[in-house]
Amino acid sequence: MADYYEKKDLADFANIGEYSPSLGQKYFDYYGEATNAGALTAREKALIALAVATTQKCPYCIDAYTNQCLSLGVSPEEMMEAVHVGAAMVAGVVLAHSTQMRKIIKKKEM
Amino acid sequence: MGEFNSQIPFEQRAAGPLTASGIEILQINVGYRCNLECKHCHVEAGPARHELMSKKIMETCLKILKEYPVPTIDITGGAPETHPELPWFLEQCAGLKRRLQVRTNGVILLEKEFAAFIDLYARLGIELVVSFPHMDVKITDRQRGNGVYHKLIEAIRKLNDKGYGRAGSGLILNLVHNPGGAYLPGPQKSLEEHYRQVLQEKFGIVFNDLFCITNMPIGRYLDYLQRTDNYEDYMSALVNAFNPATLANVMCKTTLSVAWDGKLYDCDFNQVLGMPVNSGAPGNIAVFDFSRLASRRIVTGNHCYGCTAGAGSSCRGTLAPSDQQECSGSAV
Repeated sequence: MADYYEKKDLADFANIGEYSPSLGQKYFDYYGEATNAGALTAREKALIALAVATTQKCPYCIDAYTNQCLSLGVSPEEMMEAVHVGAAMVAGVVLAHSTQMRKIIKKKEM
Repeated sequence: MGEFNSQIPFEQRAAGPLTASGIEILQINVGYRCNLECKHCHVEAGPARHELMSKKIMETCLKILKEYPVPTIDITGGAPETHPELPWFLEQCAGLKRRLQVRTNGVILLEKEFAAFIDLYARLGIELVVSFPHMDVKITDRQRGNGVYHKLIEAIRKLNDKGYGRAGSGLILNLVHNPGGAYLPGPQKSLEEHYRQVLQEKFGIVFNDLFCITNMPIGRYLDYLQRTDNYEDYMSALVNAFNPATLANVMCKTTLSVAWDGKLYDCDFNQVLGMPVNSGAPGNIAVFDFSRLASRRIVTGNHCYGCTAGAGSSCRGTLAPSDQQECSGSAV
């Protein structure tokens, strides 16, 4: 496991197009366009990305977007609020799936 | 300064030496004394510093400025206001009809002893550059000292009342953002929009432009990086974000920095590092030679990665033509 999730791997992200440069380029073009400021500001987009990064438990993304948020002048309190939105969404997703459980329970009850 | 050996030396990465392309800005550091002791200050200025430019050296600067058409005079410190000869020097500089700017810490203008500078600055039409690191109170106060955030708000309000930062007044008030930790600044445009929104909505105050300045890995900031085991990561971030497009506009190409003792440097950072102009160019204002200095070879070091990372950094903010390229580097 020692070779997994090394900090220096983040810098290698630019090379994910290796073995498939055309698709890699398409991804980076899409990534750039989706994350650049548009109707939403760069700060808002970075906070969304941070919330996704933590809910998806991606150490590279967490590293990248914590730094990105700091660079954009986002305060620690604002970042934590975004993480709580992600956490609440994940909790909601889990609880919403209990609907399935409750339906099965109800069907199986005598 | 700390050594950073695991990356390519700057000059090699820049594909050769940098050469000056003129002297458009004479940046005069009048001394290292300051009423604050900010954590990011590369000059390590503070109340205990005693370095102060002599009136004789100020007179020499004026003589040179009279003789050569250097378009911009940029006065810095320390807190320039603590120099007892500053009012006289500013009057003289203003008489030369150049673009004249002072880098002030802002909060000193609230002190009774220095409050008159607001009127003086406005009367002489001096551009002001004020350090305002972050829109978060805690982050700014942590970096510059307790209470500084709200003092800055008050100082900017007074400057706005004089017309500074207001459209049509001709009085320019620019703010400076720099990161409050071991990371690089984001895009200047995004940060400027954020600053404008917060300062207008929360406090009803205005400014002209925001300059984003990357913290240089020297002075107190270097001590912090090393003490907190952030040095290698920070240098890697700078080196990975190296952007050759910044080299054409890097400030040392058109700036000459005069230290309090008259010694000449390619920039304020080299001044602090004790790396004077070199390659045969005269190294003191007393032996100023415009043509040799205007085409001098720039003295570089690995700290120069600080000015060339991402969109670049200078005393007037980012450098690269497009602001879309961020300092903050890798995306995932």
